[in-house]
Amino acid sequence: MPFREGPLGDLKVPLTWTAAVALIVAAVIAVAFLLADRRETLQEQAYGVTRQTVDVVAKPVSGAIAAPGRWTGLGFDYVRSYFFTAQENRRLKTELAEMRQWRDRALALQDQNERFKSLMGLRTDPPIPMASARVVSDSRGPFANTRLADAGSEKGIVVGNPVLNERGLVGRVVGVSHGVSRVLLLTDIASRTPVMIDRTNARAILTGDGGPNPKLEYLRGVDPIQQGDRVVTSGDGGVVPRGLPVGAAVKGLDGRWRVVLFADQSSIDFIRILLFKDFAQLANEKELQAKTLPPVTTEDPQTSILSIPPAAPAPAAPAPTTTAPSAAQPKPPAAAAPKPAAPKPAQPKPAAAPVATRPPPTGTPQ
Amino acid sequence: MSMSGGRALNPGRWLGVPMLLCIVATILFAAPIRIWGLQLPEPVFAMVPAFAWAMIRPSILAPFALLILGLFLDIFWGGPTGLWGLSLLVAYAMVLILRNAMTGQSRPMMWAWFAGVTAVTMVAGFLFTMLDSLAMPSLLAVFWQFLVTALLFPFAHRLVDRFEDADVRFR
Repeated sequence: MPFREGPLGDLKVPLTWTAAVALIVAAVIAVAFLLADRRETLQEQAYGVTRQTVDVVAKPVSGAIAAPGRWTGLGFDYVRSYFFTAQENRRLKTELAEMRQWRDRALALQDQNERFKSLMGLRTDPPIPMASARVVSDSRGPFANTRLADAGSEKGIVVGNPVLNERGLVGRVVGVSHGVSRVLLLTDIASRTPVMIDRTNARAILTGDGGPNPKLEYLRGVDPIQQGDRVVTSGDGGVVPRGLPVGAAVKGLDGRWRVVLFADQSSIDFIRILLFKDFAQLANEKELQAKTLPPVTTEDPQTSILSIPPAAPAPAAPAPTTTAPSAAQPKPPAAAAPKPAAPKPAQPKPAAAPVATRPPPTGTPQ
Repeated sequence: MSMSGGRALNPGRWLGVPMLLCIVATILFAAPIRIWGLQLPEPVFAMVPAFAWAMIRPSILAPFALLILGLFLDIFWGGPTGLWGLSLLVAYAMVLILRNAMTGQSRPMMWAWFAGVTAVTMVAGFLFTMLDSLAMPSLLAVFWQFLVTALLFPFAHRLVDRFEDADVRFR
């Protein structure tokens, strides 16, 4: 039955009042949405199914819209390179001559670095796997700075992965679906990234504000920063690995230190997503899960406490004692076990004897 | 005389079509295009219906249509959910309250009103973001978005002109 034919059909309500009531109801719903929003957290549940669905739908649509723009840009580049080839050639030759000097210096430094690492027994981090993606949509407003990339969970991307382009850090992944992921840029107002000043190691938090140059907050130390200082990620908190290039420090018009992002200096079409979850993945899990452990040795109280310590330093250990128990051939404990507390009087043992049961430090030549 | 002159206005025409056009325009302007190092501007196209719908007539459906548009903007742009919905409703409420003062004014004056309403909306968005993120957005970025949004008045004027007199019950 139509409403107008019902008992309430003759009810006359001013349209302005009903519109006002509708407005208030809609506003209450909007406030509820705003209060329930948790997009700034790194939790996957905070992203929500609705956002994931919209991202999945938006990816092909935005990709199709972005394609003509990309082709036009490529066309302009082609035409420009055709007309400016000679100029480009001169510039590249100059750059090449300069780069050759840098190459020689880099090779020398690399060699020196390798030697230092070897001397110090330093363990460097293994390379982190990456996934490449193309940006299909880009929001640049004051209240949201995000990008939509056309790679998602099928490439192993998870929430929290850092995102770079060829120049530097761009942001981090805040939402993932199949085939698409949402990247929160460093410039977004919800973005907080632990960074450090490369020159002084001074720590700070890079805070986005919707503008092109994010702020450096909580900067500590005496004279920690200068104009043009290079800013890199500090790795504090374990969200991003240490040492990723971020930008150069500049003093803003408001007197605060800000960062000119390296990532802004290049094209925004392609990005690389580091499949970095936390520092645990940087350790070699196979090594950690070794099933054969070195033999456990207990100290002989007779020799260590009750006996008189040897007066002179022990001679070099005999040859058989220097062989380390390897993981492949564990030495039976009986062979190396110290003698039990026996009734016979304790005799001073050579100091090198217990060494036979211990594995040598890593990197010791056999 | 248009065909709709003799009957009530179809909500699909004055609410549905502008809403769809706003969504399409928003998606178009989100393309990652850079020309000579400059990105495309990001105007809030939804300000056009927020202003025009309140000017055309009071309606029960319009606030909910704006809420949906706002939620779309939040999700598509990756912002906090509810931010633009609430900000657009502030704009709608303001125009609804002041529509008697605005109606019948000249085009430049209406443009000034549109810029004023847009400014109030941006300030509302600024305050809501401050409360939600506990941080202050860049005033310069807010100003740029206000500027490019204020340039959209011709579209709002056309929408008002098209439907202001279309419903016989409001003549």
